[in-house]
Amino acid sequence: MRKLYHRIRQIQGNVITVEADGIAYGELAEVHGTRGASLAQVIRLSGSRVSLQVFAGSRGISTRSEVRFLGHAMRVAATDQLRGRVFTGNGTPRDRGPVLKDNLIAIGGPSVNPANRIIPRNMIRTGIPMIDVFNSLVESQKLPIFSVAGEPYNELLARIAMQAEVDLIVLGGMGLKYDDYLFFRNTLEEHGALSRSILFIHTASDPIVECLLVPDMSLAVAEHFAVAGERVLVLLSDMTNFCDALKEIAITMEQIPSNRGYPGDLYSQLAARYEKAVDFETAGSITILAATTMPGDDVTHPVPDNTGYITEGQFYLVGGRIEPFGSLSRLKQQVNSDTRADHRAVMDTMIRLYAEYRESIEKQSMGFRMSAWDEKLLGYGGLFEERMMDLGVNIPLEEALDLGWRTLAECFEPGEVGMKSNLVAQFWPKKAS
Amino acid sequence: MSGKTKHGTVVGVNGNMVSVAFDTSVMQNEVAYVVLDDGRLKSEVIRVRGDEADLQVFESTGGIRVGDTVEFTGELLSVELGPGLLTQVFDGLQNPLPQLAREAGTFLQRGRYVYPLDTERQWDWTPGIEPGATVRAGEAVGTVPEGIFEHRIMVPFSWQGEWTLKTVTEAGPLTIRDTVATAENGAEERPITMVQTWPVKIPITAYREKVLPTEPLVTRLRIIDTFFPIAKGGTFCTPGPFGAGKTVLQHALSRHAEVDVVIVAACGERAGEVVEILREFPHLEDPRTGRTLMDRTIIVCNTSSMPVAAREASIYTSVTMAEYYRQMGLDCLLLADSTSRWAQALREMSGRLEEIPGEEAFPAYLESLVAGFYERAGRVELHDGTRGSITIGGAVSPAGGNFEEPVTQATLKVVGAFLGLSRDRANARRYPAIHPLESWSKYTGVVDPGPLRQARQVLRQGNEIAQMMKVVGEEGTPLTDFVQHLKGEFLDSVYLQQDLLDEADGSTTSERQEYVFAKVLEALRTRFELADKDAARSFFLQLRQHFIDWNFTVWDSEDFRQQERKLEALIAATAAAEGGGRERLEDGA
Repeated sequence: MRKLYHRIRQIQGNVITVEADGIAYGELAEVHGTRGASLAQVIRLSGSRVSLQVFAGSRGISTRSEVRFLGHAMRVAATDQLRGRVFTGNGTPRDRGPVLKDNLIAIGGPSVNPANRIIPRNMIRTGIPMIDVFNSLVESQKLPIFSVAGEPYNELLARIAMQAEVDLIVLGGMGLKYDDYLFFRNTLEEHGALSRSILFIHTASDPIVECLLVPDMSLAVAEHFAVAGERVLVLLSDMTNFCDALKEIAITMEQIPSNRGYPGDLYSQLAARYEKAVDFETAGSITILAATTMPGDDVTHPVPDNTGYITEGQFYLVGGRIEPFGSLSRLKQQVNSDTRADHRAVMDTMIRLYAEYRESIEKQSMGFRMSAWDEKLLGYGGLFEERMMDLGVNIPLEEALDLGWRTLAECFEPGEVGMKSNLVAQFWPKKAS
Repeated sequence: MSGKTKHGTVVGVNGNMVSVAFDTSVMQNEVAYVVLDDGRLKSEVIRVRGDEADLQVFESTGGIRVGDTVEFTGELLSVELGPGLLTQVFDGLQNPLPQLAREAGTFLQRGRYVYPLDTERQWDWTPGIEPGATVRAGEAVGTVPEGIFEHRIMVPFSWQGEWTLKTVTEAGPLTIRDTVATAENGAEERPITMVQTWPVKIPITAYREKVLPTEPLVTRLRIIDTFFPIAKGGTFCTPGPFGAGKTVLQHALSRHAEVDVVIVAACGERAGEVVEILREFPHLEDPRTGRTLMDRTIIVCNTSSMPVAAREASIYTSVTMAEYYRQMGLDCLLLADSTSRWAQALREMSGRLEEIPGEEAFPAYLESLVAGFYERAGRVELHDGTRGSITIGGAVSPAGGNFEEPVTQATLKVVGAFLGLSRDRANARRYPAIHPLESWSKYTGVVDPGPLRQARQVLRQGNEIAQMMKVVGEEGTPLTDFVQHLKGEFLDSVYLQQDLLDEADGSTTSERQEYVFAKVLEALRTRFELADKDAARSFFLQLRQHFIDWNFTVWDSEDFRQQERKLEALIAATAAAEGGGRERLEDGA
């Protein structure tokens, strides 16, 4: 029987301080307040003073509340029974299913030895031309979607999840609106994908500390199944809420903030999560797609800025479309050479011409005269936005490439697009006579 | 050195910092181990206050309890130096990662340490000096072959004064722990082995003097060697926002730079990037030696998800190994990607120590640490008259891509060349995205300064006209200005931009650079007969295409000469007849 402690010395924010001996750093405890029990985790030791962050928040905790230490750090049950289930951030069932207690594994485990990593090699097909053609998603990639609140980033995440050929989907929801949670659950259900999904959901109304656990819980589970050979897709939405939760705890702990109130270790904290993305040579893989909302549409805000330095590219979602400039998949070179001979050429040419179209638009709006070439570009740009950028378009890569050639042929002469002659000869659509 | 071990007791834990009560004495930056049931966690003393010492732990601190035992070693954080460092992949504390993977499996387990060098391998020892000779720290007593080099076995750098060699072991296969010689200084006699230990935070100074870095370090990147050159023994930094191509640039440098040894310090960056080097270098041939690129490379990798305190150490581990190879008269290049992550590690620790923060919460001593690191670069004359050098190139990842932040500013003060990467150039796919107007270098490069000033002037004028055209439009720009603008664009696209993935274009030797630069300059000096703007645009597009095709040909091949004749013909056909078709280029300031 573990000892009970009653002497809570300090309650500040969601952090309580209790006097206790022999407690390990990172250990869990149960705190019994007037509003029921909550888990808490040790985040600082100083002599006999033990500081804990209380997952359910400190409201209702009295100086005489009971604290019982559990002798282990945060764990999650890694079993097949997880499939199709929904949990809160701390692993309590959110559906009506049973509590799982088998095969408990620690969360936030060590990282993979870089010497054991391999160069990613498999493309994930999404049916979205802006991804498949222009910024291919690669198995084991970590990629955020940068957008502002109100953009359909959750819809985009859900759609990629539905269409990607993976064995398991793990959804980590942080600060989700309840409606968004229901949207995810219903979408998975409608597509019959719920049985191969595991959800850890923290909604906007749940205690903030639980938000901090969501990525670690999701990734620990993902890692377990990836090591067992499954290809796992982890969706994290919204990582900005996770960072804000970090900020809140850091300020409570009186840490010196570095940039706009965020703690100095924000980069390391994010990296520890995103770097869980991996392709095991002889087992499965973890691919991470995250939503990162940019406060004020500012990419230099600490959250998107630090994220951009960690992840392997980013998708900008602007006006309901994936923006071709700024969006980047750093791993696309690993896969887009073996898809089809014309893939890279179509990608480069269409983007280059679209960039020229944007310049023409700018010239037009400033009232400069439009040349014949400008007119051609204007026609092309409209078609490009309609056929490639619209998120409603859902076609396989090969069809998208063919459509690309058709679009080019409708707008330009073969000599005007600056592509290699042998590709033009092979792929340029013949004029219907 | 060891003697009796001193002990202490944990009294507090805060993140990766542990406070320890001790009763005897501790030394600043001493290595200590926190003893747990599942292993001993390496740590370093970073502050002493009263009878409490604060330690940064190089591992995850979960599970440490108040009352746990701490062992102090009495030694500073050190690395092992000896043959076998090349081709290795280490973590920030010099644990060999492939060996660790074999022993511990897929994941990095805390508290596991592996000796960095192979203690069983036999090296072919050749003595280079007779017994009775007088030697001092850093002097070679013999050699062993390591890859392409004669690896000098040197008198330990920590020995003071003059020593007389008593015995020298005969030539033959020996392990690194075997005695290769013995020496005495009148007071005591010591053995010399192939391996020695050196504390990472103290520079090795066993040389006669530092000399000026005057010889260019050829990187085979045109924009660097011609416009913003680096010198052997110099320093440079490559700040840039994410997505501007810092890592691609560093990879290109690690591949093509004409130096003997390259040390890649992957400090707090993505693991995937190291993996590319790890998996590709053993299969890439070094054109200068015919061996693989790995043979001249050491990778020190403490990626972003590995413990943050070891990230801080990794920078020093790397530079110490560079100094070791410099002592053999070799030219070393240290590429640190990224020094901002190192600075962030310092910031995290400073925060835990509750020090008064400087700008953006970086510690006030950031500048002196950055300066101290870059000052370990340099070209030196060794005691035997040979010369060796360390060139340090640091990537900087400024928050929000804003160069006004503390790490970039602290770095700019101490480096000899600034290669600023620009997001605009990266977005326009102008690679390498080094900004041609904002970057600078204090070193001399492969072309003469006169023509270089002219080329710079062309770029500057072209840019000014481009700015003006944004306001007045193309119609409002006179033809002469428009041509000037096109010339700037031409220089940019055929010379500054380079396809780093292409076999021929990606690596331009200094000889070729001189040759091509002269040809480009000739085109810039020529006054062309152009009827109107459309004619000008299409002519320069054609000229550009000719030069780019030329860049993609193999140097001095038949294709190369053929393409050269083609572009010469094009220039001649369009050049204005009167006055030889030349116009004087203004000399820039």
